[in-house]
Amino acid sequence: MLACEICVIGGGPAGLTAALHAASLGASAVIIDRNDYLGGQLIKQTHRFFGSKEQKASERGISISRELSLAVEKEKNIKVLTAATALGYYKDGVVTVEKDERFLKIKPQKIIVATGGAEKTLPFPNNDLPGVYGAGAVQTLVNVYGVKPGRRVLMVGAGNIGVIVSYQLLQAGMEVAGIVEAAPRIGAYWVHAAKVVRAGVPIYTRHTIKGAWGKKEVEGATIVELDEQWKPIPGTEKDFAVDVICLSVGLNPLTEILWQAGCAMKYVPELSGYVPLRNEYLETSVPGIYVAGDAGGIEEASAAMMEGALAGLNAARALGYSAPDFNSRRANILRELESLRSGPVGEKIRKGLEKVTLTERREMRSGLSNLSLLTSNF
Amino acid sequence: MLAENGVPTGEDLAQVLPAPERLAQGPVAIAECFQKIPCDPCYHSCLRRAIAPFADINERPRIDHEKCNGCGLCVNRCPGLAIFVVDQTYSDSEALVKLPYEFLPLPKPGDVVTAINRLGQAVGKARVVKVQSGKQMDGTNIVWLAVPQDLSMEVRHFKMEEVR
Ligand SMILES: Cc1cc2nc3c(=O)[nH]c(=O)nc-3n(C[C@H](O)[C@H](O)[C@H](O)COP(=O)(O)OP(=O)(O)OC[C@H]3O[C@@H](n4cnc5c(N)ncnc54)[C@H](O)[C@@H]3O)c2cc1C
Ligand code: SF4
Ligand code: SF4
Repeated sequence: MLACEICVIGGGPAGLTAALHAASLGASAVIIDRNDYLGGQLIKQTHRFFGSKEQKASERGISISRELSLAVEKEKNIKVLTAATALGYYKDGVVTVEKDERFLKIKPQKIIVATGGAEKTLPFPNNDLPGVYGAGAVQTLVNVYGVKPGRRVLMVGAGNIGVIVSYQLLQAGMEVAGIVEAAPRIGAYWVHAAKVVRAGVPIYTRHTIKGAWGKKEVEGATIVELDEQWKPIPGTEKDFAVDVICLSVGLNPLTEILWQAGCAMKYVPELSGYVPLRNEYLETSVPGIYVAGDAGGIEEASAAMMEGALAGLNAARALGYSAPDFNSRRANILRELESLRSGPVGEKIRKGLEKVTLTERREMRSGLSNLSLLTSNF
Repeated sequence: MLAENGVPTGEDLAQVLPAPERLAQGPVAIAECFQKIPCDPCYHSCLRRAIAPFADINERPRIDHEKCNGCGLCVNRCPGLAIFVVDQTYSDSEALVKLPYEFLPLPKPGDVVTAINRLGQAVGKARVVKVQSGKQMDGTNIVWLAVPQDLSMEVRHFKMEEVR
């Protein structure tokens, strides 16, 4: 059994920042990630990031990931376990982990869950043909392993991920036949949309995929226009000869560990699925378990890093660690996070967070009568 | 319309284009960034303080075209690849369009390429004048294209001619 102060599950931007901030106060942390490398989603983001200077805007995700991983390696208070999957959480506070076909037990005093999200899929005829991929999977193939999954792609979903992955497939030398979006408006930032459109990729809003065709693998796809009620308009079908169909229809927060731990969960569409209730310290209804990043609601790397920083600081503080500038550091991060979420594109997140963030401990308690009493760390 | 097909309208563009008198004086940056998004590297990259400070990170960039000298620093840092420098004083018949380019292979000065508009359509030929690349550009290269004067507000991308 490995005893530790803070166990961070997930080594993406949220988890890495959480461990770094906790360690900066003197706490020790163990980071567990099931991938062979640290960085989470960032490792495959080859485009420059949005955000402000403080959040490393205009840097590429992969460079941010490198910087964070390097800082983690240098920090003697942080231990890293890669290729290690957190399997479960037990009542006595033990986290079980599979690494190298061995079963490990970790007994942390605090846990920060930063497991990120998982891609959603979409039902349509023949969606089980080889050649139908998740956009994130294709991005991993192309940007991490250098493998092109095919020659010509139809992208389904015009959110940031669909549009950015389309752009990166063009960079990898593939053709993108078009991007299909059921909604009447493009969800991605318009600057991203504009750059794929001028690179020759049409975006079909109010369209959906009607089906894929092909004998043994994808040989093409049919799309169809939707009316105001989102119903297909007969006769508007268009065929595309493609060998890859890429689905980019959103992510769900990965929350198994939080469910197992008995955290109070709530379905919040704005945050893309079931997420844990949390207080302003990002602590869930189970004392000592914190959530940060996409696991607490699908958002962005910049927000994930700031949430990680907060969770790391708060968990270390709850263990008795502090620093003279603790309050100002925390206040600065909170202010930046608020400003990041303040604009029109942050509206959805703000609405979602309102439904799950409990400012008063009592409120949390009364909302969760069947849960054991919460003890405050502050 | 941008929200529906990713293409800015003439009205969108009218808000951000420099005055003709300014264009007649030489290179100037145009930020084709029309949505409030949490992003501000353009502001931080401009050493001449030609981009107004952002009251909040979701503001849209406002370039003071009188202060801007078209240096192109912001073109390289903008994650949306939304800033272009146009120089209508290049010659009587040709204007220069300096655009961000993240594809390989890179063209060479002297190459003739297909000029592409915001819709992704070929609108004519352009000649590559200069390619700013190298480590400090960090993958976002800037390609200088000489295009016919009347296309300086149309051409925003290019394709290499097929090599035979
Ligand atoms: C194509 C694309 C483009 C994007 N562009 C931007 C952008 O421009 N700007 C921006 O801010 N954001 C962007 N994002 C979003 C950003 O990548 C994510 O929001 C961010 O990575 C979330 O960070 P995270 O740490 O919460 O989760 P992740 O990065 O997903 O990391 C979670 C980690 O947890 C690990 N894990 C999960 N479960 C377990 C377990 N049981 N045991 C052990 N390890 C586990 C995973 O292996 C992973 O490494 C983009 C995302 C995509 C897909
Ligand atoms: S081109 Fe140069 S001077 Fe003009 S706004 Fe951009 S960085 Fe500033
Ligand atoms: S850096 Fe580019 S995308 Fe970001 S605000 Fe400035 S012009 Fe817009």
